[in-house]
Amino acid sequence: MNVFSKLYYKLRKMWKAIQLYLVIAGPGIVVMVADNDAGGITTYAATGAKYGYHLIWFLLLLIPVAYYVQEMTVRLGAVTKRGLAEAIFDGFGATWGWFALVDLMLVNWLTLVTEFIGMTAALHIFGVPPWLTVTAVVLLMAIIVLNGRYWTWEKIALLFCALNLIYIPAAFMIHPSVSDIVKHGLIPNFPGGFNGQLFFFLMANIGTTIAPWMLFFQQSAVVDKGMQEKDIPWGKFDTLLGSALTVGVAIFIVIVTGTTLNGTDIASAGQAAEHLMQTDRYVGAFMAIGLFDAGLLGAICISLASSWAFGEIFGWAHSLNQNIKQAPWFYASYFFALITSGLVVLIPGAPLVLITLFVQVIAVTLLPAALVFLILLLNDPRTMGDYRNSGWQNLIGGFIVAAIVALSSLYGISIMFPNLFQ
Amino acid sequence: MRVSLKRLFRKIEEINRRYRTPRIAMSRGGRAALEFLRLYLLFLVCLMVYKFILLVN
Repeated sequence: MNVFSKLYYKLRKMWKAIQLYLVIAGPGIVVMVADNDAGGITTYAATGAKYGYHLIWFLLLLIPVAYYVQEMTVRLGAVTKRGLAEAIFDGFGATWGWFALVDLMLVNWLTLVTEFIGMTAALHIFGVPPWLTVTAVVLLMAIIVLNGRYWTWEKIALLFCALNLIYIPAAFMIHPSVSDIVKHGLIPNFPGGFNGQLFFFLMANIGTTIAPWMLFFQQSAVVDKGMQEKDIPWGKFDTLLGSALTVGVAIFIVIVTGTTLNGTDIASAGQAAEHLMQTDRYVGAFMAIGLFDAGLLGAICISLASSWAFGEIFGWAHSLNQNIKQAPWFYASYFFALITSGLVVLIPGAPLVLITLFVQVIAVTLLPAALVFLILLLNDPRTMGDYRNSGWQNLIGGFIVAAIVALSSLYGISIMFPNLFQ
Repeated sequence: MRVSLKRLFRKIEEINRRYRTPRIAMSRGGRAALEFLRLYLLFLVCLMVYKFILLVN
């Protein structure tokens, strides 16, 4: 009897912990899965098609990288109750603040363009014209956002996150060789040696796993959700789970294209889906549905990251818990970014695929600037108290910044001296 | 339009005033390192834009 009562007590405790997590869960998972946006899916699909399974080990390395970067925003948001944009202005003054805000606006807008590129390409496979996709997406996002509650918005976003897992059954349907994945994918190697193209792909993969908008988005979401210091452990767990999920999905995409399109130079995830349709129409359809979902989820989050940051700095009401009358500028900036980026996709002859890949690379190049501010803010004992960065956390953060700057520099050198790495 | 722009500039001035003094003190070396990093990253972005234009053309 004693054993049963102990077991019952333990199970109840565990169930309560799960219930508590479900209340806190959200920002970490949403930001991480939304990170597998249309640009991300395109990057992973192109990586698999170009290098097969050879860069899976590199993607695995990105789990701790994404976790360590994003968990800092959870602590900063929960302790200061303010978004990253406002924290940078307050901590480093207006000049640095404007730099950070302009960077964010520019990269977010460009990334939003890539989301629309992905969504229009995905639905084009099913015969939907781009203008219709853009219009329908803007309307759908208006309905999602204008319901006036952060919680409702978050639950809808989590539903789209679940749809992002569609690549997992897709990978099983094509029966990849597990031994090949282990043999080629898990042992660190640089396929084709060091060259500009490899640097470009490595950077694009980093850029799609951690991006400036994610820092700003998660911190603002933590604040909008009302998380407290006591919620930090759950917020960290949420972020860890999200990091594993985002990289897990990325690996499954690489497996799909690495198995079926290995050695093919594909230009976009849409093109990959079209190729896959010819070999297995269900896998191709899954790829297209996943691409649309990824674009939509990315667009929902990225446009919000910009509006939150603007609201924080300009002192406008900036919460999803406020309606359009209470926060007109918040929603105006949201729809302005959304509509203008959607219109870019409709420009005839625009190099949409090239834009998608370059946006990832530019995003990662600008990431260290925001990351350095984040690390410095996390080291302020007056604000952070017991939650400030430890020596190890600073070391890891510093290493990530140095690695990104080094990789960006190598790519820059390969642009200036194209023959150097051949 | 003119009134809105004026209001926007006034708001920007107000923000600049509000955040004139940084709360986190930085040494001259730290500030210089941050400025160098910022300029270096902008230079890299310019290089990438150049590569993008090359590829488009």
